[in-house]
Order: sequence, then structure tokens, then C-alpha cells
Amino acid sequence: MSELTEQGVRDEVRTWLEEHWDSNLSLREWRELLADSGWGCPVWPTEWYGRGLPVALEGVVGEEFRRVGAVGVPAGSGVWLAGATILEHGSDELKRRLLRPIITGEHMWCQLFSEPGSGSDLAGLTTRADADGDDFIVNGQKVWNTSAHHAKYGMLLARTNWDVPKHRGITYFAFEMDQPGVVVRPLRQMNGHASFNEVFITDARASAADVIGEVGQGWPVALATLAHERRLVGRLTGPRLAGEGRALDEYRAEQAKVMEPYKWYPQRAGRVDLVVKRAQETGRNTDPTVRQEIAKLLALARSSEWTSRRAGEARGRGRPPGPEGSLGKLCSSHIARAAAHVHTLISGADSMLSGDDGAEAGLIAEILLSVPGQSIAGGTDEIQRNIISERALGLPRGPAVDVGKPFRDVPKNLAK
Amino acid sequence: MCRDCDLEIHPAIQMFVRLRVVADVERRLPIVLDREEGGGARTRQGSLTSIGSRCVIGLPSIAVSVRSLVSSAEAVALKFSFSDEQEEFRRVVRQFLEVNSPATEVRRLMETADGYDRALWRQLSEELALPAVHIPEEYGGQGFGFAELGIAIEEMGRALLCAPYFASIALASNAILCAATETRKKELLPGLASGETIATLAVCEPSGCWDSSGIALTATEKSGGFELDGVKTYVLDGHTANLIVVVARSPGTSGEAGLSFFTVPGDAPGLERRLLSTIDATRKQARLEFTGVRAELLGNLGEGAPALAKTLDLAAIALASEMVGGAQRVLESAVEYAKTRVQFGRPIGSFQAIKHKCADLLLEVELAKSAAYYAAAAVDEGDDDLPALASLAKAVASEAYRKAAAENIQIHGGVGFTWEDDAHLYFKRAKSSEVFLGDPTHHWELLAQRWGV
Repeated sequence: MSELTEQGVRDEVRTWLEEHWDSNLSLREWRELLADSGWGCPVWPTEWYGRGLPVALEGVVGEEFRRVGAVGVPAGSGVWLAGATILEHGSDELKRRLLRPIITGEHMWCQLFSEPGSGSDLAGLTTRADADGDDFIVNGQKVWNTSAHHAKYGMLLARTNWDVPKHRGITYFAFEMDQPGVVVRPLRQMNGHASFNEVFITDARASAADVIGEVGQGWPVALATLAHERRLVGRLTGPRLAGEGRALDEYRAEQAKVMEPYKWYPQRAGRVDLVVKRAQETGRNTDPTVRQEIAKLLALARSSEWTSRRAGEARGRGRPPGPEGSLGKLCSSHIARAAAHVHTLISGADSMLSGDDGAEAGLIAEILLSVPGQSIAGGTDEIQRNIISERALGLPRGPAVDVGKPFRDVPKNLAK
Repeated sequence: MCRDCDLEIHPAIQMFVRLRVVADVERRLPIVLDREEGGGARTRQGSLTSIGSRCVIGLPSIAVSVRSLVSSAEAVALKFSFSDEQEEFRRVVRQFLEVNSPATEVRRLMETADGYDRALWRQLSEELALPAVHIPEEYGGQGFGFAELGIAIEEMGRALLCAPYFASIALASNAILCAATETRKKELLPGLASGETIATLAVCEPSGCWDSSGIALTATEKSGGFELDGVKTYVLDGHTANLIVVVARSPGTSGEAGLSFFTVPGDAPGLERRLLSTIDATRKQARLEFTGVRAELLGNLGEGAPALAKTLDLAAIALASEMVGGAQRVLESAVEYAKTRVQFGRPIGSFQAIKHKCADLLLEVELAKSAAYYAAAAVDEGDDDLPALASLAKAVASEAYRKAAAENIQIHGGVGFTWEDDAHLYFKRAKSSEVFLGDPTHHWELLAQRWGV
């Protein structure tokens, strides 16, 4: 192996791709090669399907793949959430058994974290896993599970000990989805799409051999997954690849499946890009009130963009992260709401109509009905404000009534 | 190594790479940069890579302008970050003002008619050369950029410095730089840069319009000179300034036609100056009545409109910088108080009602900083979009400061409403700055126009 310089790595991956990339392979065959060579997950250790590259050089590999239009490992929660978590916290036996099928795309994964009774307070979850010989019997309900209907495994958080405080009684399982007692149902959102699922678990089994980390020590493992989720948010979808060949066709089919739940996400963010064009086309740009609101929205969107650039620049200069880095999520909610308000002003009475009768063939209606999700998904605005005020401003936490006592004694939501 | 042309570019490009410049450069430069990834930056037509300490670029056309590349690159990077030197400059100014402009001094000076301390003005001019900071070297200045001016003014806003700096430097020196002939720049600017001349700018009239449409004061040619007749008001430090830059119009003209800049000495015969009673006592304003006042032309007769527009844009950006300094200070004050004030057996900052207010303020203040910094850097860069950016920064900063100053009082509760607490001093500056140079409604409309809505 040549030296670990950018050029060295670039040359090496380029040579390897020249020798091996063949779009006529099946997608599975190609990804077996990725797993064997380590080029699929180059920052993973060499003994676990990677090449042990520093994170700083990962981008070079991605660039070379894109340059020749080669397919990478599957996008989505398999590699970047489950794989990364197993790599950090799983036993060698789990790594041997579970990592390779993730890379090859043989196994899709889903997250089984949130519950109807446990949203912002994830650690208050009440799905239970009761020991039964070498197995656990699992009962409970999970919600907002993207891809659960395709998944072979779920990253399951379940409570195994009710006599200790909430963070200490949780266990993290690799949970087999295809078994009796697991029912996956699509969950319809207020905008009409059904991008997620709910998962009902009744006397299903989880093996003790499938515990990631230790029994009762699942919370730090869950935090690791959530940290990966925040870091890798851009990787949950793959690049668009043109070209012909079996591997590419299969990749595009896979992408269509993975991307399907996200098709309304731009609308959820408010579609600021449509505002000026719509105002001009409808003539609403002559109304001074509308002009004021448009100007405010555009200013908010631009300042927000500049604020994240400032955060990025500070990171690039190796300066300690300032408060500007923690504001993006909250700001995106403000932008989405302001955009929905402006779209309403522009569309007027047409804001009442949807589908083909609605403005922009229903797109505006979809914006209006998707925006409320922006301030909830991925941490509500209220939770963001708590985080900002505590971490960026150093304000004290409120007194907690639940963390010091056995979870059994903590007030909970009553099941419906 | 370079794959296309073996052309090696010197350390300038290394800096370029270090600065991690991305999309904003695209419009202006022959090289089109793509997203920076890993250790290098890619161009669309070629590739720019840093290999160890050597940087090589694969573009035949690169020979063009390394110099402009570097200066643009710096400017772009500074829209989102300050250099170590600029951070050091900020630290020095802040320290100076913490020592020399504490709240006790602000309170002492705001009760005086002059509203500033001559000794401190001299010190600030001689020791730190602050009035000279952005004035070009050929006019006796330090030759730094608008970004540095922004830093100085931001710190002054933070300290509520009582001094004619905004009037003399943010307003008058920029008016002279924008409007004056070369001869008059050489004549006037060195005095402003050294702090010896204290100047101000008189634009607004009792109509309250902050653009050319509001200018009625006339400049009549008489015996080889000009005489001014009319009224200017909201003139910062107008009662003490020894040089007044006046925007006037030729008789019989309207709108943007017939506008010119003039200068008048503070003690000119026929000029009546009256100190106005202002809600913000830390910033003095005067009403100036001109009756046949002899004035000297600053630029070209009747061609003042573009210079006026530019001057007002620069003033708006400077004011935005000042406002974010004050807004940051009141946010800190609110957070500090919330951590120490105990009610119901716990610090009030542990209640979500207060925490969430503070988080929202932080967001507002950071957005306003981003807008002010971006606009200030845009001045140095010669960005064509400057008018829009100026209005954006002014409006965003006005809203942020107003909210932050009001919430600071709210979080302080009863004591926040007392004269004894400093919260009201910032509230008054925020309120005054919100409308000075045009309120947010005015600037939102300008932004809409300037961005072609």
C-alpha cells in the first residue's frame, strides 16, 4: 500500500476502480468486491471490510467513485447507522455476522427507537424485553420507522430492567424483523404521505447473542447511533448515477426505494425557492404587505445560510465551535413557517385547494401541510431551545423528576 | 501533481486553499471552484490540489490574476470568519473600551450637552487610531477595510461609547469618500483620520425621509459660491461637530436630480444649531437651521445622488455592526442575570420560559451578526449586491437589537425597568437605531426592490 497521502490514496483507488468497476456485474456481486477490497467503507478498519483511512481522506475515495460513476455501499441507515454502531459497540461475533451483509446490501436495517409514549424523552421508552433462557421476549410498539417494511433487522431499544433509573435499564438489540409477533404498518401523515411505519411487537424474540453492547447498557449505544445520524444526515441518500449496466440499473431501483419516503422533504422545509417566482406570476408582488413578508423571509433564509457558513468556517480554522453551530435546526423551522405563511399570502383562496385543483398542481398545499413536521422531526423546537440554552448559553437544567428513581416509579403515558 | 499543465502557483494559492473558498468566488474569477473536499479544492475545468506544502493548479488560464484571486479569496472567506489579526484587533478595542467606557462613564457623559469626553476622543484617536482605521493611507488613514471599521463600531455599540465616532467616521468620512473630489478628499480626510476634525453628515429633514426624495434644503449659487437655506434634523452630534457635510439640492430640482454635497464649518454664520431632546441620551442629535449659510461644494454639482445612495448603504451597514454589538451585550446581560437570579428556589434561567427566550434571542443575534459581517465584507469586495445587503443587514439587526433589548428588560423583571439598571440604556439605543437611517419596513421594501421581487 502506498503512502497515506491524498494523492497516494487517489491513485490507489483510481487504479483499483480501473481494474474492477464493471457496471455489468450484479449490484450484489459488485458490493461483494467492495466488502473484500475495503473500498466501500474506507475509513472502517482493515479487519472489518475497510482500509483504515483517516476520515479526512474519505472524500477523495468518494470523488473517485463519482468520477467513474461507480456504485458505492448502500445509502441509508444500514451502513451509516447500524454498521457504524456495531463497529463501535458490537462484539467481534456480531461484526462477523452482521457487517458484511449490510455492505453488500443483502440486509436492510431500520431504527426501532421512538414510541408513541416516548417522543422527545426517548429514554422513557416502555417497550420491554424480558429474559427467557438465552432469549428475550419483546413486547411494545415503535413508531416513525423508515424502511421497516423492507428491513431484515431493526436497531431495537427495549427496557430490560425496570428497577433502575431510566437511562440504565435499556438494552440495544439487533432485532430480526421477519418473525411472528412483528407487524409493520404504514403510518399515514397529515400531508397524506405514508413515509414511515409503526411496528407492533407482540411476544417476539430477541437473542442474547444479538445484544449490541451489554444488557442494560444500551443508552450510550443509542447515543452513538443518534450522533451518527446527525453527522451523516447527507448520506442517507446516495448520489445520482447515470450510465448503463446491470449494477447501475439495480442501484437506481434501490435508490428509488430508499428515496421514496423523502420526496416531500423539500416541501417540509418551505420551498423558499418558489416564493419570488410565484409572487410575480400571481401579481401578488405588488401588494406592499406581501413584499414585506417576502423580504423578511429571504433575509431569514440568507442569514441562516451565512450563519451555517460561519460555523463551517470556524470548524475549518480549527476554532472552538461557537453558538452559531447549534442553531441550524431551530432556524430551519422558522424559515419553513415563514415560507408557509408567505405561500399562503401569495396563493390566497387557492391555499384551500389541494391536488390538481390547488396552486402549482398541489405543491403549495403540500408545503402548507408538510411544514408542521419541520419543527418536530429530529428534535422539536422546544428540545432544540433547551439544548441551545444549556450548551451554548450555559443556562442551568430544570430539576428532573424522573432520573433519580427506578423507572418503574416514574409517571408514564397511559396506553390507549 | 498537476495533470494538465504543470503550472505551479506560488503561496498565494496555498492561502486560497487554506481559506477553503467555495461557491461565492464563482461569479468573479476565471477559475470555477467546486465544493472543497478533503484537503484540496476542485475546479470544474481543472483541479486545484494541495500536496503537502505545494499547491499546483491544472488550468492554463490561471496566469491571469493571482493578486485579484487572493484578495477576493480573502474577502470571501472573511464574509464568514475573521482573521486572527482581526480577532486581535477586536480584543484590543474591546479592552480599551471596557477600561475607558464603563457604564459609569456612559452615564456621566450622557448627562452632558457635548455628550463625549475630549480627552478620551484624543486617546482613542492617538493611541488606537480608530478614526483612521478604514480611511485610505493616501488620505492619512490606516487603510484597513470596512470589515475592520465594522469591528470597531461593533465594539463601540457593545460599550455604548459616547463619542462622535459614528457621526464623524461612519457617516461623514464615508460621505467624503463617496462624494468628494480628489482635492477635497486630500484636504478634509486627514483631519478626520487624526481625530482633529469632528465631522457629521446632515441628510434627513423634518419630513423624516432617508433618501433623495426627502431633501428640500437648497443650495443657491451666489457670487461664485453657494448659500444653503433649509432645515436638517436628526443630525448626529450636529451641535458639536466642527465640520458638517450637507446634502442639498439646486433650486427647482426634484428627486435624484440636482443633488450635491457641501461642507460647512460648525460655526458658520447663519447656521443655528439646537441640541434635540432624545430618548437615547448616549447619542446626541441636533436640528440645524441654515439661513444663507456659505458652503463649499464637496463633489460635482448636481451629481450627488449615487454618492448619497452609497453613503446611506455604508451607513446602514455600519449601524448594523453597531447594533449587533449592543444586541450581543444585552443577550449576555440577560443570560448572566438568568443564571444568578433565584425565584421559587431556583435560578430563573432553569425555567423553560426564560431558557427558550434566551435561545430565541441567541438565534436572532447570530443571524444579525451573519448579516452584518457579510455586508461589511461585501463592501471590501466591491460586491454589486451591496445595496440589498445593506438593507438586509440594517433591517435584520434592527429587529434583533429591539427584541434583545426588550427581552433583557423582561428577563430582569422589575429591576430592568429602573433607571439604576443599565438595561434601559441599551433599550433606548436599540429603539433609536431601529428608526435612524430608515426603519425595518423601509429597508424590507428596499430589499424587495433590490432583489427584484
